[in-house]
Amino acid sequence: MTTYYTKDHEWLAVEGDTATVGITDYAQNALGDVVFADVPAAGTVVAKGKEAAVVESVKAASDVYSPVSGTVIEANAALGDDPALVNTDPEGAGWFFKLTLSDPSELDGLMDEAAYKALVATL
Amino acid sequence: MRYLPLTQSDREAMLGVIGAPDINALFADVPASAYLAEPIAGLPLHSPEMQVERALSVMAAKNLTAGTVPFFVGGGAYKHHVPATVDHIIQRGEFLTAYTPYQPEIAQGTLQVLFEFQSQVARLTGMEVANASMYDGSTAMTEAVFMARRVTRRAKAVVSAGVHPHYVGVLQTLTRFTDDEVVTTTPTLTTGAPGDDLAALIAGLDAQTSCVIVQNPNIFGHVADLTPLADACHAVGALLIVVVTEVISLGAITSPGEMGADIVVGEGQSIGNGLNFGGPYLGLFACRDKHVRQMPGRLCGETVDADGKRGFVLTLSTREQHIRREKATSNICTNSGLCALAFSVHMTLLGEKGLRHLASLNHARAVQLAERLGRIPGVELVTTQFFNEFALKLPVEARAVIRKLADKGVLGGISLGRLYPGVAELERGMIVAVTETATDADFDAFEDALDEVLA
Repeated sequence: MTTYYTKDHEWLAVEGDTATVGITDYAQNALGDVVFADVPAAGTVVAKGKEAAVVESVKAASDVYSPVSGTVIEANAALGDDPALVNTDPEGAGWFFKLTLSDPSELDGLMDEAAYKALVATL
Repeated sequence: MRYLPLTQSDREAMLGVIGAPDINALFADVPASAYLAEPIAGLPLHSPEMQVERALSVMAAKNLTAGTVPFFVGGGAYKHHVPATVDHIIQRGEFLTAYTPYQPEIAQGTLQVLFEFQSQVARLTGMEVANASMYDGSTAMTEAVFMARRVTRRAKAVVSAGVHPHYVGVLQTLTRFTDDEVVTTTPTLTTGAPGDDLAALIAGLDAQTSCVIVQNPNIFGHVADLTPLADACHAVGALLIVVVTEVISLGAITSPGEMGADIVVGEGQSIGNGLNFGGPYLGLFACRDKHVRQMPGRLCGETVDADGKRGFVLTLSTREQHIRREKATSNICTNSGLCALAFSVHMTLLGEKGLRHLASLNHARAVQLAERLGRIPGVELVTTQFFNEFALKLPVEARAVIRKLADKGVLGGISLGRLYPGVAELERGMIVAVTETATDADFDAFEDALDEVLA
């Protein structure tokens, strides 16, 4: 499994042709207490860089962009009952959705963990 | 405020800055046909204030006003008795403000009233959640169509023939530059079920349908069981939007929520609010809990403060413009605060028992008048299942009859020719509304006048 990151603070864990998408620890910390996550239903076709989900905190509502194009195969139902998972375990149990990649070459433009950490260090 | 007119040189300077040759250039978009060819004959350009007041008072006295004559006009605006207590309470300093305050630090009273208002609307409509109100019934209906598009991600809205044509007009105006497809049909005056197209609506449902909008009681007063329509909508993943223009009816007939509606919108004017020349009115908006995040408008919620005491705040504000900007659920960032307050005060004074009594009184009186008018030779009672409003079919065009009734001092209803201009099959129809304010003498006057006009 390889994990990639975007400049919009999403992470993407890829295994074969499927990937799990969530927001980073930096993002959840900036948002504050998450109270709601609107995640796309299975079957939804998402495009790289386009809005795929919405995350609401007590401070703001933000769009979550899909790091790559593909078709959603599973939404994280656990967020419905416990949206705070995004705060407590953003890069684990707080994932948003899983998708099948339609164009694996899109991964080439994403950051690895070291590059993302370097980016965050500048913020 | 003092009236400080501009000088000619002020005007020329301003026109020069914006590059307009003269003042008329600013009105270039107004079609030429809308301009007067010449000044209105007999209307002086200037006149002393006292003379203007006198002349206008004489003109105003020619109006037949609802409170002074036998009055049977409804069609979405109803003359009910509003007790003086309502006006007294809403004018108390704690409530009456220039602008609806929403700040919890200073407006606990207002917020509590809004919370109670929402609770009343939710219970009346049989829904799980209601917002703090919209501008009026028609804009609430349009907002419901937009909400259904967000929920279903489909854009085809099918409007029942029984929905008030003015509501349909507002919907068509507000969807003119959106991607919504609005399907409408013209109603028929079928005896027993005028404007009832439930079977056709069910047959026409498809996988593109976002929502079906149906009014109950409909524009002809017809009351229907919407359960089969709700089931059929849900079977194809569409939402059922139910419009209620006479909210008192909910004291007597099964609520839209109990019949399976997903969104209920309505006009709340009947409770606590006068006719007010057509506005300000009170849009009601209620929906299922699962769709609350797609709901438009302000929503007040109960919470606890830092000391653990009960308090009220606006909630789920992330739906709204000040946070979501262009992705907000609606442009509305306010509510009809004073009208909602009047609704809530009147509703509280009535209580459930009072509302049920008022509703049954309206219905009983309407039945009495319908039977009397239906016995007049040539008059047919078209609506047989109604609350407090029904349609009649006359032997002649109704528009002229209504005019002649007015000449006899009776405001007898609304001609369908006025609501549906150019629809020949409807021009003999009229709708008549009866509320608790109509007296036996009013009934006699109406019956006699209609008898004479048709003789």
